[in-house]
Amino acid sequence: MKKLVVLLSALALAGCGGSDNNDDAAENGTTAAAGKKSGELVVYSGREEELVEPLFERFEEQTGIDVQVRYADSAELAATIAEEGDNSPADVFFAQDPGSLGAIDDQLAELPEAVLERVDEQFRDDRSRWVGTSGRARVIVYNTDELSEDDVPDSVFDLTDPVWKGKIGIAPTNASFQAFVTAMRLDAGEERTKQWLEDLKQNDPKFYEKNTPVVEATASGEIEVGLVNHYYLYLVKEELGDDAPIANKYLPGDDPGALVSVAGAGVLASAKHPDAAEQFVEFLLEDEQQRFYTDEAEEAEIPLVEGIDPKEGVPTLDELSGRGPDVDLSSFGGELEKTLELLNETGYTS
Amino acid sequence: MIRRRAGRGRAPLSLLLPACLTVALLLLPLAYLVVRASGGGGRGWRILTRSNTLDLLWSTGLLVFGVTLASVTIGVSVAWLTTRTDIPGRRFWAVGAALPLVIPSYVAAFCLLGAFGPRGLLQQLLGVERLPEIYGYWGALAALTLSTYPYVLLLVSAALRGLDPALEEAGRGLGRTPLEVFRRVTLPALRPSIGAGALLVALYTLSDFGVVSLMRYDALTRAIYLQYKSLFDRTPAAVLALVLVALTALVLWLESRWRRRVSRSGPGTARQPRPHRLGRWRWPALVYCGGVVGAFLAVPAAVLVYWLARGLDRAEPPWREVVNSLSASALAAAAAAVAAIPIALLATRYPSRLTRLLERLAFAGNALPGIVIALSLVFFAANYASPLYQTLALLVFAYVVRFLPQALAGVESALASVGPRIEEAARALGRGPVSATFTVTVPLIRSGIFAGAALVFLSAMKELPATLLLRPIGFETLATEIWKTTSVGAYSRAALPALLLIAVSAPFVYFLSSRHEPTEVEHG
Repeated sequence: MKKLVVLLSALALAGCGGSDNNDDAAENGTTAAAGKKSGELVVYSGREEELVEPLFERFEEQTGIDVQVRYADSAELAATIAEEGDNSPADVFFAQDPGSLGAIDDQLAELPEAVLERVDEQFRDDRSRWVGTSGRARVIVYNTDELSEDDVPDSVFDLTDPVWKGKIGIAPTNASFQAFVTAMRLDAGEERTKQWLEDLKQNDPKFYEKNTPVVEATASGEIEVGLVNHYYLYLVKEELGDDAPIANKYLPGDDPGALVSVAGAGVLASAKHPDAAEQFVEFLLEDEQQRFYTDEAEEAEIPLVEGIDPKEGVPTLDELSGRGPDVDLSSFGGELEKTLELLNETGYTS
Repeated sequence: MIRRRAGRGRAPLSLLLPACLTVALLLLPLAYLVVRASGGGGRGWRILTRSNTLDLLWSTGLLVFGVTLASVTIGVSVAWLTTRTDIPGRRFWAVGAALPLVIPSYVAAFCLLGAFGPRGLLQQLLGVERLPEIYGYWGALAALTLSTYPYVLLLVSAALRGLDPALEEAGRGLGRTPLEVFRRVTLPALRPSIGAGALLVALYTLSDFGVVSLMRYDALTRAIYLQYKSLFDRTPAAVLALVLVALTALVLWLESRWRRRVSRSGPGTARQPRPHRLGRWRWPALVYCGGVVGAFLAVPAAVLVYWLARGLDRAEPPWREVVNSLSASALAAAAAAVAAIPIALLATRYPSRLTRLLERLAFAGNALPGIVIALSLVFFAANYASPLYQTLALLVFAYVVRFLPQALAGVESALASVGPRIEEAARALGRGPVSATFTVTVPLIRSGIFAGAALVFLSAMKELPATLLLRPIGFETLATEIWKTTSVGAYSRAALPALLLIAVSAPFVYFLSSRHEPTEVEHG
C-alpha cells in the first residue's frame, strides 16, 4: 500500500505541476478577457473536433491569432452560454444547427453586411445574428443490398405505408430530426405533421440516439432506411470501408424530407475579442474555407458560397434550390419548443 | 453501537466548521435547481404532474432496483467465494472480478452493443439471423451492473477480511453447513458494507446518462438531457432533476433503515480464516466466477481490442490525455478524501441529528446527472467566481461534488470497524478530542481513507459530462478523447484511449481488491 500512497501523491504533485500550464491556458483566456489583448480568440464549437479542427489551424496560421476552442454538444454549449450570461468567455459560437444559435440569439451581436451577403438569405438569420457556414441536406439513407434507389419512396409521407414496418430508423432526440419535424410543421401544417408522426409510429420505427448509429444500422441491415443528414454516410464509410452497402437518396420536390439546413456561427455581444471574432466568421465564408468541405473534409457538407461545388455525388446548391420545404431557418430556434411538445405528445421523446 | 457513544459530548468546532463548509459547497447544484425550477412559476408544477413524469419515475425505479439487486447478488457471492473458500485462483478471481470498475459505463454499453447488438460480433460469430433484442431494460441493466457491482464486491470483500472468523468457525463447529453459516452469521455482519455498496450502486444508476441513452431506456436522466436540448426554458429540466433528488432522498432513507438493524459483537480479532472446502462445488463455483469475469471483463476488452485492430494504423497513443486524466483525478481523490474525513468523523464519533444530517446532505449531488452539476457550476462560477471559471480547480471541485460519497464510504466503513476504544484510551491519557482523533484514529483508518480516495480517483477518470463543460479550454482527458471519437462513429480510434483508461486505472483496482483492511494496519 505504501507504494500506492507514493504513487497517488506523485500523481497529485504532477497534477499541481501540470496544472500550471493548464492554468496558464485558462488564465490566458481570463486575463485576455480582462485586458483586451488582441491576437486571441475563444470559440465554443458544437461542431466535432474531428471535423473542423483543420479550419481553426488554418485560421491560426493565416492570422497569427491564438484560437482556443471548447468542444461539446451544440445544445449543451448554448445552455452554457445562457448560464454564463455577459460573463461568457466565448467570442464565437460555432454550432451544428440553427436551433442552438437561435436559442441564444439575444446574446449574439449583429454581423456585418459584407459577411452576411456571402450566403443566400435563406441560410442566415433574419435579424443578422448568425450566418450559415455549410449546408446539410436531409436524405433517406438506404441499404443497397436490400433496396434500389427506386424502391425508396420519393416522399417521407410514403414511409407510413405498412411495407416499411420495422424497417425505418430515426433519431428523434437529435437536433437534426427535430429541425426536420419543425420544417414539416411550418410547411405542411400542425395537423398533417401530427398525423404523420402518429402513422409513422404505427410502423414501429427504431429509435437511435444520433444520426451516425442510424446509418450504421442501415449498413448492418438492422434497418433498411433511415432519416438522416446526408454527410453521415461518408463518416460511416470512413469507419466501415467504402464497400459498406449504403447510399443516400435526395428527395425530389418540396418534400419536408428534402430540407436543407445549415451549421452556422455567430459572434457574442459580450465578446472580449470582437474583431478577431468577426474576422473568424468572415474567414469561414471565404472561398478557400468553403472549398474545404469539398476537397478535404471527410463528411462532404455543402458549401454555401455561390460558385463552389460540393464533393462529387452531393447535389449543388443550385440543384437543391427550389427543392425542399419553403421555411425560414431563423425561426427554428423559436419553433423548437412546439416541435418538442409535439414529439413528446406523440411518444417520440418520452 | 452508536447510541452507546451518544453521551460523548458535543461535536468540536474544528470538525464542524470544515464539514459545514464542505456540505454548503456541495449543495450549490441543489440551490441552482431550486432557482431554475421556481423561475418557471406554474410551469414547474405542470411538468411534475404530466402523466409521463410518473412513467419516468416508475421506469427509473425499476432500473435502480434491478441494478442494485443484480450488483449485490454478484458482489456478495464473488466476495464470499474469493475470501472464504478454497476456490482455485482466489486472487485472480478477486482482482479480475473487480476490474470492470475501471470501464466507463458508456464504454461498457458501446461494447455490449458491439458484442451482442444487432449484427454484432456474436451474431457474426454464430452466423445467425437474429439475437434477442439487447436494447431497453435488459441492456441497460447489464451495462450498469457491469460498471457498478465492483463497488459491492470491494466493500464486502474488505469487510469479510476484517471480520473475526471466530463466529463463523463456531457456527461450523455446531455442524451448520457453509451456506447456513453464511446466511445466519456472516450476512448479518456484512449489512453495513452491503448497504454502503448498494447505496453507491443505486445512486450511480440514478445519475447515469450514457447507458440509458445508448440502450434507449427511458430513465429520468435521459428526459433531463432531452429537456436541456429544448434550450429556451431550463425549468423542466430543473423540475425533473429535483424529482431525481427526491428519489435520492428515498434511497438514502432506505439505506439508513437497513443500516440501523445492524448487530455488532465487538471488534474481535481479524485474522486469516480457515477456508471452506468447496469439494465438488468447486467446478460450479469456477464456472460462476469465470462467467462473471468473462461477461463483464473479457467481453468488453475483446470488443475494444477488435476495434483497435481494425484501426491500428491510425492509432496514436494519447499520452497528454493520460497525464491530464491522471492528474485531475488524483487531485480530485486527494481533495475528496480530505473533505470526507471531518464529515465521516462527525457522523460516526459525534452522532447527533445535525451530524447525521450533514452526512446525508453530502449525498445530495451524487445522483444528479453530470450535466446538471456542470451547468450549475457554470452559473455560479461564471457569475460569482469568474477567476475560478474554466480552471482545473473548478473541474476538481466538480468531481468532488459528484463523488464525495465514495470517499465517505471508504472512511466510514473503516471508522466503523476501528471502534472508539483506542481513541478513548488516548483521551484518558490526556489528549484533547481532536488531537486524539488525528493522532490515533486517522492513522488507523488510513487504509480506508486511501480506499475511498481510490474510488473517487477511478470515478473521476471516467467522468465525461462535467469534464466537457468545465475543463480548462484545450484540456483533453481520456474520457473526452473517447467522446470525441465515438461521437463521429470512429470506434476504431476510440478503442485506444478506452484501453489506456482501463490500463492506467487497473493498478488502483488491484490495490483496492487486495487491501487487508483494517487488520494490516492494526497488526503491522
